Amino acid sequence: MEEKLTLFKNRKRFGIEKNIDIIFKNTALVLSSFVAIILLGIILVVFFQSFESFSRYGLKFLVTSEWNPVKDEYGAFTAIYGTLVTSFLSLLITIPLGVGTAIFITEDFVPKVVREIIGSFVELLAAIPSVVLGLWAIFVMEPFFRAFFVFLHNFFGWIPLFSTEPTGRNSLLAIMILVVMLLPIVTSIARDSLNQVPKKLRNAAYGIGASRWKTIFSVILPAALSGIMAGVLLALGRAMGETMAVTMIIGNSNAFSWSLLSPGYTISSMLANQFGEADGSQVSSLFYAAFVLMILSLVVNIFAQWLVKKFSLKY
Amino acid sequence: MNSLYYQKRLSRNIGDKFFTSLSVICALIAVLPLIFLVTYILIKGGSQITPELFTLEPNPPGDDLDAGGINPALIGTLIITTIASIIAIPVGVGGGIYLAEYSKGGAFSRFIRFGVNVLAGVPSIIAGVFIYALIVSTKILFGSMYSGLAGGMALSILMLPTVIKTTDEGLKLVPNELRYASLGVGASMYTTILKVTLPSAFRSIATGVVLGIARAAGETAPLIFTALFSYYYITGFGDLFYEMGSLAVLIYNFALEPYDAQNKLAWAASFILVLSILSVNIFSRILAAFTEKTKRV
Repeated sequence: MEEKLTLFKNRKRFGIEKNIDIIFKNTALVLSSFVAIILLGIILVVFFQSFESFSRYGLKFLVTSEWNPVKDEYGAFTAIYGTLVTSFLSLLITIPLGVGTAIFITEDFVPKVVREIIGSFVELLAAIPSVVLGLWAIFVMEPFFRAFFVFLHNFFGWIPLFSTEPTGRNSLLAIMILVVMLLPIVTSIARDSLNQVPKKLRNAAYGIGASRWKTIFSVILPAALSGIMAGVLLALGRAMGETMAVTMIIGNSNAFSWSLLSPGYTISSMLANQFGEADGSQVSSLFYAAFVLMILSLVVNIFAQWLVKKFSLKY
Repeated sequence: MNSLYYQKRLSRNIGDKFFTSLSVICALIAVLPLIFLVTYILIKGGSQITPELFTLEPNPPGDDLDAGGINPALIGTLIITTIASIIAIPVGVGGGIYLAEYSKGGAFSRFIRFGVNVLAGVPSIIAGVFIYALIVSTKILFGSMYSGLAGGMALSILMLPTVIKTTDEGLKLVPNELRYASLGVGASMYTTILKVTLPSAFRSIATGVVLGIARAAGETAPLIFTALFSYYYITGFGDLFYEMGSLAVLIYNFALEPYDAQNKLAWAASFILVLSILSVNIFSRILAAFTEKTKRV
């Protein structure tokens, strides 16, 4: 690219052609800077809108869970706790499932056609709109798992996570639907990083007599680890911001409970629920919650990108 | 004796079998939700499809048996996604052209590429919150609050990173020889880009853009407080400045209604939405597989 441009600069051209060229380049430059403008705009706008609530409640907002528009008392602890718990637990379930699937479709257990079909099925799952998954969760998944939740409560009720009577919509269902949504992300990124591991490594391991799974666990997975980690972080960011399916199934209750079987809240479901009809200082408090969500997902995303950049060209 | 033959009972072979079956189970679990979901939507939603569905307005929720149709939501989705595309495609393609053709890997382009990735990771509801603060609550658009236009803008923020990225990557795949040839016969930079590099990257850019549009069409979160929802027919251009229905928001609203008729409407809308999104995806996949085999520049 470099040499091409210098060659090009030394050429004599007509004024008008030169001007069009300059205009074209600058237009493209301006258009590309739109991304930065929008990103900064989002951060600044959300920050300034939340300023009123921030100056009134300060950091207390993050640790109290009263949400009372009548008394003008706001705290987002339930929503923050819900966001963290649902995203982390769903990720915990998704990682082994996704990596296992990725191994299955990168190794040669079954013919290539079958693997490719499974791979594209998983990727198509990512294309299903979140709101449709929510609809499915309400009408199909919830009745299906109802008995299972009662069973969980009856036998494991002594664990705080299962201590309440299961309600129709609860955090555990939200976690399950999140698993369905995260699976394609983790699987496809893990598959890409597994595919990038050089064949030489595998052949070397086979050559010294390692079995297939010994090779996978001791050679291939460690080599692909950074890519998989980055994928996991991206999925975490997605889980934190995921709105519709979670809003529809989590039950939307601001009453704090440790139990996964009781209705909960996440920041994004709170925003989806209340933004349309909020007024007064409630709006500012919602912006504050949105700001918290944005910072959380920005940190996770930037960390993921740093990881990709740092480890991507290792082999 | 026979130690070099495969021995079933060796612990390493038993372990291998165990982990192999574990990964098979993982793959099964990963595929099952899609199969269940799609078959359920096809059966449940497909059975609701009637001609009236496409022509009528939805009736306001109540315990009457007839829920009406989804015409306004269908048209609304088309309009809102079109607005989003009209904003996001020129900006995204232009930005992608800058990144791929002009930038020399300096700090600015690295920052923009980083920004594209960060913006792609911003939760979709935050895009809605941003447009709410900027356009809905300020009534900056001729005094109107919730509007289809605001909804389209919110969706365009979500489409922008996809369009830039696919343009950037599509253009990078174009071999440099084509550029040298064009510049060598005396073409200027913009003619080279517009007449040579963009056309040869057109198919990959178009695929990415279409997938981005399909994704935007299913987005709900940014719409529930920018475009809101409307029960009424879209009759003219002026309706852009008022609340506008969309399939996604219709599904959300009607799924939470206690009435069976509205729930059925939500299933029918899901059927249409999922079918169109999946067919776009499958079509682009086939196209990509096909071109990979035939096209070698």
